Amino acid sequence: MKKSWWKVLCVVLLVYTVLAGLLLPVPALRQLQETIRNLYFHVCMWFAMMILFTISVVHSINYLRGLKLQKDLLAKEYASTGVVMGLLGYATGAIWASYTWADPNNPAFASFGSIVREPKLIGAAMALLIYFAYFVLRSSIPDLDKRARVSAVYNIFAYAMLFPSIWIIPRLLPSLHPGQEGNPALNFNDIDARMRMVFYPAVIGWTLLGVWITTLKFRVTLLTEKNWLNAK
Amino acid sequence: MRNRFLALFLLCFTTSLSMAQDNEPVKMADEMRSSGKIYVVIAVILTILAGLILYVVRLDRKITKLEKSEKH
Repeated sequence: MKKSWWKVLCVVLLVYTVLAGLLLPVPALRQLQETIRNLYFHVCMWFAMMILFTISVVHSINYLRGLKLQKDLLAKEYASTGVVMGLLGYATGAIWASYTWADPNNPAFASFGSIVREPKLIGAAMALLIYFAYFVLRSSIPDLDKRARVSAVYNIFAYAMLFPSIWIIPRLLPSLHPGQEGNPALNFNDIDARMRMVFYPAVIGWTLLGVWITTLKFRVTLLTEKNWLNAK
Repeated sequence: MRNRFLALFLLCFTTSLSMAQDNEPVKMADEMRSSGKIYVVIAVILTILAGLILYVVRLDRKITKLEKSEKH
């Protein structure tokens, strides 16, 4: 095992997230009640996704500058871990929303209609589908250099599309999502200092876990694809 | 003009209604904390987290071993 300080930091921060996230006091809000603790898990998935996609697009730009295939592989691995984080964020959000947004007078499937109309859900689904298309595009081009070049350019467009689809449009439309008035989880009115003490370490911890898994996947790719990588 | 005053009056009434609603305490899981059952939840989550991290560490070790054997 390649020993690194940040792997230890990742484990420490995640254990701290679980302990402090469940034990420290949180503000009592009418709509969320005790479920506000999901902030340390659900929201962190989206933050980790955004950071991993950012690392991915940086590697894509670096690929286009130097045309080194390793950079393109790194971009692909970071994007795929980012998609996993996004899917986990989506799944956890679905569970959370069905208990806090759903009309208590109706069964969950009856208030499905109002949940499906959420601009945040549609925007996040669009962003993830654009990244799915990135993988479809990659696997549809057999030529290695052409694949790397086309998908690096596409990755930049996919990253640019994140901003309208998950940052801008959901903020322009009415929504049931908590923190609708500004940036969820970053707004000083939404979460108080007690929650910040857990939330920021949690974001770092989950992101480091994503980076750790990505480096493992990248090292496996280097081992399996070393024949054509060395031929370069 | 009278309508406006009536509207203002009604508006005051609605805000006072919503204020009254805010005064009742929000239900939190205090019972779970006082009975100590929250530690059961923490134990379960920490076990899952430990299992996942051990899995990643073992993968990391295996890949490092492969990388070393490939070098020779």
